This record gives sequence, structure tokens and C-alpha cells, in this order.
Amino acid sequence: MSDTSTGKANGEHAYLRIRNLTKKFGDFTALRDVSLDINEGEFICFLGPSGCGKTTLLRAIAGLDIQTRGTVEQGGKDISALPPSERDFGIVFQSYALFPNLNVKRNVAYGLENRKTPKAETASRVDELLGLVGLGDQGDKYPSQLSGGQQQRVALARALATSPGLLLLDEPLSALDAKVRVHLRHEVKRLQHQLDVTTVMVTHDQEEALTMADRIVVMNQGVIEQVGTPMEIYRHPASPFVADFVGAMNFLPATVTGPGTLRVGTFDLSITGDLNGVADGTPVTVCIRPEDVTTRTIDASSANMINVNVDDLEFMGSFYRATLTTTDDAKIEFMADFSINLVRDINVSIGSTIAVSFPEGRLRVFPGETIMDTAI
Amino acid sequence: MSSPLATTASGRVEMSGSVTPKLSTDDKIMRWFIILIGAWMIFAVLLPLYFMMSKSIQDHDGNFIGLGNYAEYFSTPALFYSIENSFFIAAVSTVITITLAFIFAYALTRSTIPGKGIFRAIALIPILAPSLLPAISFVYFFGKQGVARELLFGAEIYGPIGIIMGEVFYTFPHALMILITALATADGRLYEAAVSLRASRARIFFTVTLPGVKYGLISAIFVVFTLVITDFGIPKVIGGQFNVLATDIYKQVIGQQNFEMGAVVSVVLLIPAIAAFVVDRIVQRKQVSLLTARAVPYEAKPARTFDTLMFLYCAFIGFLILAILGMAAYASMIKFWPYDMTFSLKNYDFDVMDGGGWESFYNSLRMAAYTAFFGTIIIFTGAYMVEKTKGFTAVRGAIQFLCILPMAVPGMVLGLAYIFFFNHPDNPFNFLYGTMAILVICTVTHFYTVSHLTSLTALKQMDPEFEAVSASLKVPFFKTFIRVSVPVCLPAIFDISIYLFVNAMTTVSGVIFLYSSDTQLASVAALNMDDAGDIAPAAAMCMMIVLASATVRILHAILTRGVLRRTQSWRTR
Repeated sequence: MSDTSTGKANGEHAYLRIRNLTKKFGDFTALRDVSLDINEGEFICFLGPSGCGKTTLLRAIAGLDIQTRGTVEQGGKDISALPPSERDFGIVFQSYALFPNLNVKRNVAYGLENRKTPKAETASRVDELLGLVGLGDQGDKYPSQLSGGQQQRVALARALATSPGLLLLDEPLSALDAKVRVHLRHEVKRLQHQLDVTTVMVTHDQEEALTMADRIVVMNQGVIEQVGTPMEIYRHPASPFVADFVGAMNFLPATVTGPGTLRVGTFDLSITGDLNGVADGTPVTVCIRPEDVTTRTIDASSANMINVNVDDLEFMGSFYRATLTTTDDAKIEFMADFSINLVRDINVSIGSTIAVSFPEGRLRVFPGETIMDTAI
Repeated sequence: MSSPLATTASGRVEMSGSVTPKLSTDDKIMRWFIILIGAWMIFAVLLPLYFMMSKSIQDHDGNFIGLGNYAEYFSTPALFYSIENSFFIAAVSTVITITLAFIFAYALTRSTIPGKGIFRAIALIPILAPSLLPAISFVYFFGKQGVARELLFGAEIYGPIGIIMGEVFYTFPHALMILITALATADGRLYEAAVSLRASRARIFFTVTLPGVKYGLISAIFVVFTLVITDFGIPKVIGGQFNVLATDIYKQVIGQQNFEMGAVVSVVLLIPAIAAFVVDRIVQRKQVSLLTARAVPYEAKPARTFDTLMFLYCAFIGFLILAILGMAAYASMIKFWPYDMTFSLKNYDFDVMDGGGWESFYNSLRMAAYTAFFGTIIIFTGAYMVEKTKGFTAVRGAIQFLCILPMAVPGMVLGLAYIFFFNHPDNPFNFLYGTMAILVICTVTHFYTVSHLTSLTALKQMDPEFEAVSASLKVPFFKTFIRVSVPVCLPAIFDISIYLFVNAMTTVSGVIFLYSSDTQLASVAALNMDDAGDIAPAAAMCMMIVLASATVRILHAILTRGVLRRTQSWRTR
């Protein structure tokens, strides 16, 4: 997995350097030889299903559950074995962990009061932070008197109060209502940008990761699957897992027929970038996202054209999700998203036969016969 | 003691890449504290028990004689008959108490009768009294000059009947509290489903209610059984010639100065206590919360006949409890029962009687105050350390076990074990023997487990990440402990302190072997006065204990309400 720590980060000047991190809980290996570089001021998301090790990695960075093997460097200093109190970070948990018996101001001031900062200075810093998170007038309330979103902001203000070099967010938005969550995404991102603080956020919500992160670290079963910008992750997933986990994806069985050509059922497809060194006849899996399947402006001369039957049309609000099967004997099934207009204009209906095309540049090919349970 | 922290004091990364985490100052302090708690348990429970057990296989001169004492014990019918007696008393008392308490708890949780609060308060009164109080009261009701002896139709109150009646009074509130908790947490939807399926009331009871309270019921049974089999006060006062294990220990040690045989009986008594404890722990572990977050609390609906019956039942039980308490109060103020029935306070003139006088009462107050103060601090802080310390898993597990262990040790056994351990001439803690300190240590230890579990429950309800947040903000853990954990857990801390105070006031069994002429206690004084035939003064002393416990309890309630109102304003939305 040495090639996973590339991306934009430059190993020499990275703010956070993680090398060969392994974490075991008894016989269970939660992290397996993970290496990663994070640049100063970056917003990084650890994305993955539950149990993939993303929270374990965050807690290792914080020193809350120190790794079994491997090193962590922050700002050029080796912090591998240091307890949390000797590291430099602020943290926000999913539960917020606000002190229930202290009001908002005292919660935010909690870390400042211990530093023997003059009282007036503490007070003005608290006011500044509460203003920053938009809670300037809520300082005297207790956490239980605030909404979930407001509590979240208090936790954020408290974590930022001591101006840490690193902000760690452990699923900070998942306890909130959908609408509040979307709003807070922007708030957190704006705040991070404004303060330019290096931030690591753990999330299992791909939408959150895609909208907020500068770079996403996709994890699965204790290893990093891919590191890249949201666009890279979405457009060029490095593995079937990433392709499946981020966004919706069709996985179609195919066979290599020559340099840059494949066959799905009886249909020939050409792809960009040749299949270097892959012998003809090798089984592979070709991937395409439902929204990349096109059906307008297709004629007999179009490339990568496939004839399909429309088995089902599911109304999703802003579009239809069609279940299609190839017209050949293989009857290979896949999904396509059609806009409302398109369905009306070319009169797609259940039972009809249409021609669709897989744009060359939108296809991804993985070796072997990857069978995914669902394309969603 | 070599430092258990030395190997991990400074963190490092090995050449192989494996990491030895560096311990923070917080970690070190917390680990040392845990070791201190472990040391307390070793010196206050394990070593005394070990000394007692080794005493049981020695002769008078301290020579090892194997199981000789046990052979003697089991060949002396007067001694081993007590095993059967103890089990008989415990079994019968348990059946009666659980039945009565279950119906009472059922009425308080599943009916719409008025006055539930008052009934509950009355039912909990026995907790404030030493166990000898009901025994003394029954002597006045059914003894040779009792006012209601005809009700026994010639049967003798001194013996199993008296003991069982006393034990039922004494254990009733303990069973009631567990059963109320069990019955109060029911999912209303299950009942709605059962009713919609047209199940009869009886069928609902057996298919929904009973399975729902199964674990609470089993727990209550074992708690009552253990309380009865280890109780000493009631059989001492009203047992007559009927011997049980707890009184045998007392007779062997105090009466015959046969410490070895006392140790043997203690070991015999320890076995059922530990067995009950083990079964209860297994049952507790199996218990999973039947109440999911989505459960709808059960709400009783008015049902005329049922409610009337339940009200009459509660009123009757409440009347009995008040009558038993009232008789002790009444008898304590009678000049010379039954010849001069005029009121007088001469029975309260303790200074002219044997037993330690008023000083013993003040000693009890002092002992209870020390126990509540130091006990609460030690137990709550200990529970915090055990719960919140990171790593150190093996030691924490061991200490956790040691903190639960005292519950399995009967008070008599603990007290006797303290004689063997602390009075040993080579023990560096020998100076504690005969002091107030040893009484406090014994009492804190005796009642450690329940307080520890109360602390743990409160601590587990707190967000587990408070300590992580504090560490990230570079605030040492003890500041967060003082500023957050203690205030948030204040209700539980108050509960622990009152629990310790009341138990320290009323306990007899734990301290009977440990007081000295300077540290006479009220409950022991009552016992000794009863022994000497001064039954009315004994009743008077019991009433003083009830008054003190009740007063402190009420003060505590007022104080708690005041403090909570000031400090817990964050609880209200």
C-alpha cells in the first residue's frame, strides 16, 4: 500500500506524517501498516464503513488509543508515544462531550482557564469564539438548553479555543437532523478555511466527505484504499471497494478482447488507456456510474453502444433510476439514471427497448470478476 | 513495593516500530490510586479472611491441626444443627418477605391507588432501624407479658416464629426497593399487544409481567436470603434456645472464648453467603435491558376492585410496620412494663445502665459521620479511577472484583476476621485495634459494594469522552473530576453518603467484636442492655437510632434538594 500515501502531500514538508501504523486490539487488527501525509491547513476526511479503522486512526493521532506499531509526527516532532495531554490538538466528538453542569461560556473557557490566561483575555477570547460560531448571545445557557446543532458549535468553539495546530472531528455531524447537518457542513468548512487549521474529520457519510474535504482518505478493513481529492475519488476510484462505496456504481463482467477493447456479453466496448499486459480472454470487471449512461444523441455509429430492455423505472424525485438488461442472451443487468425530461422526450417506458452508450472516458476497469451485491 | 509503573513511565518507539506509550502524569496518579484501593481491599478483606481461615485449622496454641476443628464441629449436634436452623429460617423468611413485598411493589407500580408516596415512605422505615428493633417489639407484643400473646395460640415467640417475623420486617424494604425498580420498568406496548390479543389478566401476569421482572425477583430473593442468614440482631434477641450460625459465632467467641470454633462457624456461614453472591452476579450479568429506547412506559389504568384490594393491602402492611415501630416507641416510654404503665423517660437515662450510656449514642453518630464522609470520598473516587483509568486492564479487573467482594462477606465474619488480623501482635496495623478507626474501616468495607456499584452506575451515565476532551485541552484529570464528574454525580454521591450513614448507625454484626470501652456503639449498647434484661432501655436506644437516622435522612433530603436546586439547574431544560 505504499502508493496510497501519494496525492498532493509532499512527504518532506507534511504537517502530519503517519508511518506504518498498526493497531491491534487483542487478536483483531484494526489498522494494518497505514502511512499517510497531511499538509498544513488541509481538510482531510477519513471515509469508510463502520469498523474500517477510521476512528481508530483518529484516536491514534490524538493519542487516545496509541498504536501498537508505527510512528506519528506532527510539525516535525515525533509524538508517537506521547499521551494526549502532551500533544497539540482540539477534538470534537459525535456526542460533543459538553460538560453539562457548566454553561456555554465556561465550556468554551475550560481549556483557557487552566493556562492562567488573564480573566479579561479569556472572556474576550470566549466572546470572539462564540461570535465565530454564531452563538454570541447564548453564552449563559447550559448545554441541555441548546439544540443539537448549537451544542455542536459550542463543542467546536471549545476545541478551537486554545488555538490547536490540529483539529480532530469524530463523526461530528452524524447525531444531527439531515437539514441541520447540511447547514453545519458549510459552517464547519467556512470556519476551517477562515482559521486555516489543519483538520481531520472522520465520517461514514460520503456526501459529507465529498462536499467538505480537500482530500479524502477512503479506508476499508484497516487499510487505506485510496487518497485523493473528492473529484479523483469519484471519477477515478482506485479499487472496486472505493467505486462501490462512494456514489452508485454498476459492475459489469467483461472479457479483454484486445488493447483497449473489452466485450460485455455480445457488445464490444473501447476504453481509454490500454489494458497494459493483460492477455486477451482475461476476465475483468468494467464499472460505470448510473448517471454516466447516456441515451440521447445516439445513433448506429455511436461508440460503446448497447441495446437494452427497460425492466423497471423507479421515480426518485428529480430523476428516474432505470433497471436495464442487455438484449443479448447474457441479459446483464445494470442501472442508469435518466432525467425527467429525457424520459418524457424519448418516451422511455417499462418494457421498451432502447440503445444506451457508455462514454469511453467514464469507464473504469478492474481485474478479475468482481461481484458486488448491489450497485448502490 | 517496587514501582509498578517503572517499565512504562517514559514512552518510546522500538527499532521494530512497536510503541510503548508514555504515561502522562494523570495516568500515573490514577494508577497509583487504583493500587491504593487494591491495597485497601487486600488489607481490609483478603488478609483478614485469610487469617480467619487459617485460624479455623489451628488449635488454641496456633498449631496446625488440619480439619480437626471441622471434625469436632460436625460431631457436635448442638453446633451443626444450626446449619439446618439457619437455612430453615432463611428459606421461610425469604418466601414470606418476597411474597409480601412483591404484592406491595405491584400495588405501587401497577395500580392507581392514592397515597403511593406515603406507603412507600412507611415501607422504607425499617431501613432506619437496627434489626433488633422488631425483635424487641415482638417481645412486647407476644412475649410472656405481651399485649397480644393470645394471637399466637400458645405458641412461643422466642424461637423460629419470632425470628422469622423479625426478619420479614427487617428485610421487607430491601426486597421492596429491588422489586419496585423491576416492576417500574415495563414496556407498555407489550401490555397493549397482550390486551389486543385478548389475553386474560392472569395470562398477562404470567406471560408478560413475571418474565419482565424475572431478574429483579431473583436478585431480591438472594438479597433477602443473604440478609437473613447473616443477621445476628434478631436471633440474638428473640431466638431463645433456637441457635443459628450467626449467634453461634457470637457464643463461641464472646461466650466461650473459643476463637478457633468461631472461625469454623464463620467459614460455614461464608459458604451460603458466597454461593448466593455468585448466583446473583451470574444472574445480573445475564440481565439485558428489556427497555429499548423506543419503549413506551407502562401506565396503570384505574380498575375499581383491584385498586380497592391493593389499597387495603398497602394500608394493612403500612399499619403493621407502624405498629411494630410504635410498640418499640411506646414500650420505651413506659415506666415499668407491665406493672406501672405510666409514661416516663427513665428508660432513656442510659448513663445509669450498662452498655455505655449516652456516650455510646454519640460514638455511633461520630462513627456514622466518619463512615459517611471518608467512605463516600474513598468509594466514589475509587470507582472513578477504576472506571476511567486507561490501560492497566489486568489490575483494574482484579480491583473491580475486589470491590464487589465485600458484599459476599457477612458482617459477623468480617468483624471476627478483623480480630484475628488486626489483633495479631506482629501486625504493624495492630495499633488500630480497639480504636474508632477500625470501626470505620470495618463499616466502610462492609458496605463498600453497594456504594461502589451506585458510583459506577452514575459514572457510566457520563459521557466517556470528558477525560479525552480535558486531556486535549491540557486540563489535568483531577480538575475535571472536581469541576465536572463530582457535580454531575452529586445525587449519587449524596445517596451513597446517606446509605453509609444509616447503615453505620444500625449495624450490629460488623462491629460487635471490634468496639472497646472507649468506642461503645448505640446498636451494641441496645444489644447488651437486652442481654442484661433491660429490654425497655434497649427499645429506647433503638428508638434513638431510628430518630437519628430519620433526622439525618430528612436533613439530607432538605439539603439535597437545596444543593441540587443550586448546582443542578442545568438539568432542567
